[in-house]
Amino acid sequence: MALLEIRNVTRRFGSYTALDNVSIDVEAGEFFTLLGPSGCGKTTLLRMIAGFDLPDSGQILLDGKDMVGIPPEKRPVHTVFQTYALFPHMTVADNIAFPLKMAGKAPQEIKKRVNELLERVHLPNFGNRFPHELSGGQKQRVAFARGLVNRPRLLLLDEPLGALDAKLREEMQIELINLQKEIGITFIFVTHAQDEALALSHRIAVMNRGNVEQIDEPSKIYSAPRNHFVADFIGKISVMNAAVMEAVPSHLKLAIEGLGEVTAPAREGVEVGDKGVLAIRPEQVRISHPSNESQLKNHFRGKVHDFLYVGDVTTYIVELVNGAYIEALLPNSAPGRAKFFEVDDEVTISWRHDAGIFLNDPQ
Amino acid sequence: MKRGNPWLWSAAVLVYAFLYIPLIIVVLYSFNDSRLNAEWVGFTLFWYKALFNNTEMLLAARNSLIIALCASFCATLLGTMSGLAIHRYKLRVLPVLVFTPVAMPEILLGVSILLFFLQVLNFTLGMVSIIIAHTTFCIGFVAIIVRARLQGMDESIFEAARDLGASPWQTFRLVTLPLIMPAVVAGALMSFTLSIDDFVITFFTKGVGEPILPIQIYTMIKVAVTPEVNAISTLLMLLTLVMIIIAARLESNASSEESTKPGKTVK
Repeated sequence: MALLEIRNVTRRFGSYTALDNVSIDVEAGEFFTLLGPSGCGKTTLLRMIAGFDLPDSGQILLDGKDMVGIPPEKRPVHTVFQTYALFPHMTVADNIAFPLKMAGKAPQEIKKRVNELLERVHLPNFGNRFPHELSGGQKQRVAFARGLVNRPRLLLLDEPLGALDAKLREEMQIELINLQKEIGITFIFVTHAQDEALALSHRIAVMNRGNVEQIDEPSKIYSAPRNHFVADFIGKISVMNAAVMEAVPSHLKLAIEGLGEVTAPAREGVEVGDKGVLAIRPEQVRISHPSNESQLKNHFRGKVHDFLYVGDVTTYIVELVNGAYIEALLPNSAPGRAKFFEVDDEVTISWRHDAGIFLNDPQ
Repeated sequence: MKRGNPWLWSAAVLVYAFLYIPLIIVVLYSFNDSRLNAEWVGFTLFWYKALFNNTEMLLAARNSLIIALCASFCATLLGTMSGLAIHRYKLRVLPVLVFTPVAMPEILLGVSILLFFLQVLNFTLGMVSIIIAHTTFCIGFVAIIVRARLQGMDESIFEAARDLGASPWQTFRLVTLPLIMPAVVAGALMSFTLSIDDFVITFFTKGVGEPILPIQIYTMIKVAVTPEVNAISTLLMLLTLVMIIIAARLESNASSEESTKPGKTVK
């Protein structure tokens, strides 16, 4: 039995459906992420798990027990809020001690646990400070400590890294992974940042407009997105309109409008005549001079439309003969050769026959 | 250095002169060694001594203090509750209902409360009726201040308390109340100053019994403007000023500083 079972949960606000028949199971010990654009329902779902909102229909079960009617303070679930929500009139130690006091723990135990958590989040001498005396990252750590100190069954994290700058974010991501591993508490993490979700999670539920589009491990979400939305939302991807010419267990043969024929990996449920898109990640696209004819079967001529140099890699946007654009990623690992192609250069782009994904969901 | 526009400066000086010269004259003449408010003769504390031997005046001051304390206590309690309710339940009518008495002409409020006491409740006018009337018009001020404080605060702080195991009552006692305390105290001080020098509503609701300070001052002036009136006015002014300064500081501290340590600010 899963630790948390969300069964057919629906929530409407007036005529707006925030969650539409959502079902998710979260296992004990998991780092589970709800990922989606704003308005996809992820925060609504989190608030329901915490007890601040109720489903219109469906059930939320924790350890097999229906949570409906149980107020937030009676649920073994704690939340780390986006704004940290530290109590400004209490010291760091009092903030962390709060859930223990509410649970009626003995003063000696409270003291011991608070010190333990302060150590764990690397703030051993910060107990007597007030929240306004802390930096953003330190506040964040205190919020984690406060959420974890009473060992909830489930820790909910509502975009907790959203307010931090990029460098600090990366540090906190690593800390968060370690913290979860050491303490072993189940995390449900809400974010709209796909890179964060990929880096942190054991499993991700990609949500869109109140629906769950896919639940999978990060690598599966990235390499085998189930539909166009997931493919587009996670990482960068180029799409070209395609029709299925041949569907056999080993591969698909696709016709790309105005371009020609390509092969793509086989996919269940795809039939000859299906229309959809061929989606391909920039790092799987090779870009080369037209003179070195590619050995690969899937290759086309194009013209560099634009490029984006970001230091470690350069992304080229190549215009194909049929007017479609495709992105190709080139690592800048060759010293002194940061730039290989210029705008308007003629190039050949190619990709392995198992690189693209055919997605036939309606747009 | 920025000098600003000289016209703006002189306009500002005129406005402040208009506001404060009458008050300054009252203060000065309260120390004037002459029975007439006509010319400066010399410095004296005689009028203050006379004031403290005036039993009628002392009684009036005592009554006014009792009324102000009781009314500000009740108004703070009720005003805080309505401030919280207005913030919590986003109903449009709620704030209008609470804040209207603040804007209502006092004479209207006085008359309606008088009629309510006499014709509806058949209530004998006296200290209690004054306290109730003062409470009525002070509630709105407290509610406005408390609500403003709540509006500036992160809502998730209160949710965090519930989330971490506090019941609604514990959340109020341990988180909400300490955080709004500066506003509550500011509201109490504001109510006190409004109550202690209120004339119109007191006049309508006092009945014939006890002497009340503002009414007493008015009665003295009807006879003649003596420096004794200047002295009591000066004292009243001083009390009001101190209270308003404390209230203003509490409010601005609370809003400028993200953290509020109630133990420190409330004292």
